[in-house]
Amino acid sequence: MAMSGMRGLSVFISDIRNCQNKELERLRVDKELGNIRTRFKNEKGLTPYEKKKYVWKMLYIYMLGYDVDFGHMEAVSLISAPKYPEKQVGYIVTSCLLNENHDFLRLAINAVRNDIIGRNETFQCLALTLVGNIGGREFAESLAPDVQKLLTSSSCRPLVRKKAALCLLRLFRKNPDVVNVDGWSDRMAQLLDERDLGVLTSSMSLLVALVSNNHDSYWSCLPKCVKTLERLARNQDVPQEYTYYGIPSPWLQVKTMRALQYFPTIEDPNTRRSLFEVLQRILMGTDVVKNVNKNNASHAVLFEALALVMHLDAEKEMMSQCVALLGKFIAVREPNIRYLGLENMTRMLMVTDVQDIIKRHQAQIITSLKDPDISIRRRALDLLYGMCDVSNAKDIVEELLQYLSTADFAMREELSLKAAILAEKFAPDLSWYVDVILQLIDKAGDFVSDDIWFRVVQFVTNNEDLQPYAAVKAREYLDKPAIHETMVKVSAYLLGEYSHLLARRPGCSPKEIFSIIHEKLPTVSTSTVPILLSTYAKILMHTQPPEPELQNQIWAIFSKYESCIDVEIQQRAVEYFALSRKGAALMDILAEMPKFPERQSALIKKAEDTEADTAEQSAIKLRAQQQTSNALVVTDQRPANGTPAVNQLSLVKIPSMSNVDHDLGDQGVTQTNGTLTVVDPQPPTPSGGDLLGDLLGPLAIEGPPAVSVLSERNLVSGVEGASYADERLAIAPVEEQANTVQPIGNIEERFHALCLKDSGVLYEDPYIQIGIKAEWRAHQGRLVLFLGNKNTAPLVSVQALILPPSHLKMELSLVPETIPPRAQVQCPLEVVNLGPSRDVAVLDFSYKFGTYVVNVKLRLPAVLNKFLQPISVSADEFFPQWRSLSGPPLKLQEVVRGVRPMSLMEMANLFNSLRLMVCQGLDPNPNNLVASTTFFSDNTRAMLCLLRIETDPADRTQLRMTVASGDPMLTFELKEFIKEQLISIPTAPQAPAPVPTQAQPTKSPTASSDPGAMLAGLL
Amino acid sequence: MGIRFVLMVNKQGQTRLAQYYEYLTLEERRALEGEIVRKCLARTEQQCSFVEHRNYKIVYRRYASLFFLVGVDNDENELAILEFIHLLVETMDRHFGNVCELDIMFHLEKAHFMLEEMVMNGCIVETSKSNILAPIQLMDKAS
Repeated sequence: MAMSGMRGLSVFISDIRNCQNKELERLRVDKELGNIRTRFKNEKGLTPYEKKKYVWKMLYIYMLGYDVDFGHMEAVSLISAPKYPEKQVGYIVTSCLLNENHDFLRLAINAVRNDIIGRNETFQCLALTLVGNIGGREFAESLAPDVQKLLTSSSCRPLVRKKAALCLLRLFRKNPDVVNVDGWSDRMAQLLDERDLGVLTSSMSLLVALVSNNHDSYWSCLPKCVKTLERLARNQDVPQEYTYYGIPSPWLQVKTMRALQYFPTIEDPNTRRSLFEVLQRILMGTDVVKNVNKNNASHAVLFEALALVMHLDAEKEMMSQCVALLGKFIAVREPNIRYLGLENMTRMLMVTDVQDIIKRHQAQIITSLKDPDISIRRRALDLLYGMCDVSNAKDIVEELLQYLSTADFAMREELSLKAAILAEKFAPDLSWYVDVILQLIDKAGDFVSDDIWFRVVQFVTNNEDLQPYAAVKAREYLDKPAIHETMVKVSAYLLGEYSHLLARRPGCSPKEIFSIIHEKLPTVSTSTVPILLSTYAKILMHTQPPEPELQNQIWAIFSKYESCIDVEIQQRAVEYFALSRKGAALMDILAEMPKFPERQSALIKKAEDTEADTAEQSAIKLRAQQQTSNALVVTDQRPANGTPAVNQLSLVKIPSMSNVDHDLGDQGVTQTNGTLTVVDPQPPTPSGGDLLGDLLGPLAIEGPPAVSVLSERNLVSGVEGASYADERLAIAPVEEQANTVQPIGNIEERFHALCLKDSGVLYEDPYIQIGIKAEWRAHQGRLVLFLGNKNTAPLVSVQALILPPSHLKMELSLVPETIPPRAQVQCPLEVVNLGPSRDVAVLDFSYKFGTYVVNVKLRLPAVLNKFLQPISVSADEFFPQWRSLSGPPLKLQEVVRGVRPMSLMEMANLFNSLRLMVCQGLDPNPNNLVASTTFFSDNTRAMLCLLRIETDPADRTQLRMTVASGDPMLTFELKEFIKEQLISIPTAPQAPAPVPTQAQPTKSPTASSDPGAMLAGLL
Repeated sequence: MGIRFVLMVNKQGQTRLAQYYEYLTLEERRALEGEIVRKCLARTEQQCSFVEHRNYKIVYRRYASLFFLVGVDNDENELAILEFIHLLVETMDRHFGNVCELDIMFHLEKAHFMLEEMVMNGCIVETSKSNILAPIQLMDKAS
């Protein structure tokens, strides 16, 4: 058992193995470390063999988890040993013990380089591996050319080249410039012609790293990848050594298909056809076999093929094949296949049109949610979360709730967060939403964060129809024994605000409500007591005429807490006590909380943060991003309830106006409605809003933030009063109600943001969200409009018309006339640029929702800079060009004033995001910027454009700009375009939400744990 | 980046080989190994071979008393890694003949040499057994 020639090491390992416990092991290790340290101290006496032995011992000790803080120098010094055995140990141990920032490693750069450029192949391999594993930036700077040379040298043997490929990959990651050199992409393509599968395997990894960074330069590699895949799939010219259980290198097949997934599309029809043939063969030809290894290997290839098919947006038939396969996988017993089936089905959710087929497997997926294996349960949970929409939300959420009671600790938090988000996003009616959250708190209170119950309070506050229902529910939960503290908080808050709506029910008199809440007081923590005190104060306020007995009881509590050690409780007690003696003024001060401004759900943000920590959920994440704005959709819809008059009333109500009106109104609601459960997504009846309709009519391009306008509208209708509502409804002609729908967010800012990036939201209102995703290649562009219906009712008469300027050729694919509830349709739009111009294309978009007709004209971000491609030019190229473009009209200069002041850095960033590449160091004056780019259009060839900005450090609002290109029109348009960007740069996109008025109380310490104030602060 | 680490751990939870392709401090390694070993060793044969842990996905396989655990990022094909483990075991088998835990323990350097021929910088570099073993055989012959 002894290692060849290293008896001491074997003895040491045996000793360690025989140690009875950790303590003895530590003693033995310490003894050995002491020994090694002494031996290293008088290094001169050490033979290479001894050095080697000790270094291995160090590695062994390090592996056991003990710190080895000396001897690194000895390990590194072995690298320069002349003989292979010592050198090899030096390399391996160094790369295990040291990291790229270690000082000793720098000492080795020269020795490593000598080995790389030396003639000895085995030394070359060792050196390349070390650099490939731990090489840092300094290695990248000094070794990259040598490594490149080895990789592409025809005289180098495969065993060296395969290592050079992965070594270069590392150097590229440390310093991307090492391969950003002319002609590298051609050499990369040549590498893929390699016959040796070892070299090909590592070259493919290199390619994946390069294309994931920038696929544009590597289009020429695409057909080579397809050829490689064909070669392997058809088993042509694959040596036996590279065949694994009859399958030609499954790892290379997988890697090749991975590389292909980094190219956005495959345009060449022949390449596309060949690839699909191979993929089809893999999809259909993979059978389940007895041998586990063969089965795994063939399914590894199959799953990668599935991923590639999904990426390529294959024909529908092939997609359904994929879904069918996945459907089969998620039903098998073999756990690995089932796990991967669930994982890939989650990815599949990204593909349009297949969601419905996936939904058919819902029951099967729910079975996996109860699997004994947590890995599988997690995948099932993610899939259910991703596939949830309004049609199946009830089933899925109820399933999650049911599972919650038995779920293991590790999953409960995630589970409750997901259930809460789904309930919020897809609630078919709001009372159901309240039910779900209360159940969540009941079943898993410890895992329900404050955000979740804050959100319930927010919903209930903003939806009057919900208030009596929520109060009833809260009251019911209080009857249960031993409820969670969070339940006490939310119930107390809700009953404080709304228990007066229940006054006539049994067990709901103010006194009874008070006493059942007060029962909980001894059991709660100090953070809940302030909420209870507020509730008492509210009960007191709502009890009109006052009941002396109740009053005395509550006053007694307030005075008891006036000396509480907790400052928050004390202050509330003192203030409430004083306030409650002020009689009528109490009403105003303690009136109901006003509505909360609408904001994006903090829950969803939280879920995104959580997701970053778990396994890949890109599909879900992307979907979630597309849908985030749905978060508060439910509040936009007004639930169907009583008569239109009541409808009007509830819409009209402004909490802060007058309390007396309030109570009347509330009573009205309760009486007319009874219980409010079913919500029919009825189109909002035309309300007072149409009075302002003409005022707000031509809002097409720019509109004020939605909420302020809405409340203004409410005010107006409030003044009008409820009694006219019916008549107005009858009189108002339908046509005149156009454009009472307000956009969410600032359209102008959204447009500007999209000019700088390629995906985002173009337009949003309470009913629709229009997203955009664009890809640009030279003079062509492909935009996809994502039209998302946010409602539970269809959008009809959808029309989209493109009004292109003369320099753009645009073709919009068919836009469906109806967008089904909660659905998103994608409409590709092809763009061809014919010449330079700053004119902007407009999308004339209209739809009908209920009686609303919405028509907006939106500028499309197919602007000049989209047809630019940054290019870096060296000084040698720049200056001759600059000089040859001597003056107007090819070179134009202008002093621009009124520039938004920005630092040079900011300006450089702006230019880069406009696709003008800032060339560092070309201009000797540090206050100047020089940038270059290429402009593409169908009529002109690629045109080089050069730009110089001279700034005045003393006055940042002015600068001199010089633009030059080979085309006068281009020069002029580009100059004007850049000027526009410099002068009217939109301020950082602001959240559309108006000033959160409720946030003010947070300044006083009294409010710091008040849920209303916290809510306002939170969102 | 693909493979983040390769661990070999016996069923008592003792590490027999550890190779990382990203730098972690000793404390981080100890914590990570402890957590992973606890998670994976508790699993039954009927459960799948993939465990999600922090930002890693652990693909693991058990051979007699020894667990092979490979940590990958989210960008890897799980089954391909699972079979890569088997390829590693077969390669060791070819060299040692019926490889067992003791072989790896007492020939740690050879295990490292093999792994180094197979994985570099977290990427698979070679899958042909004879190519992987060639340098070791060369050395054996020389000594």
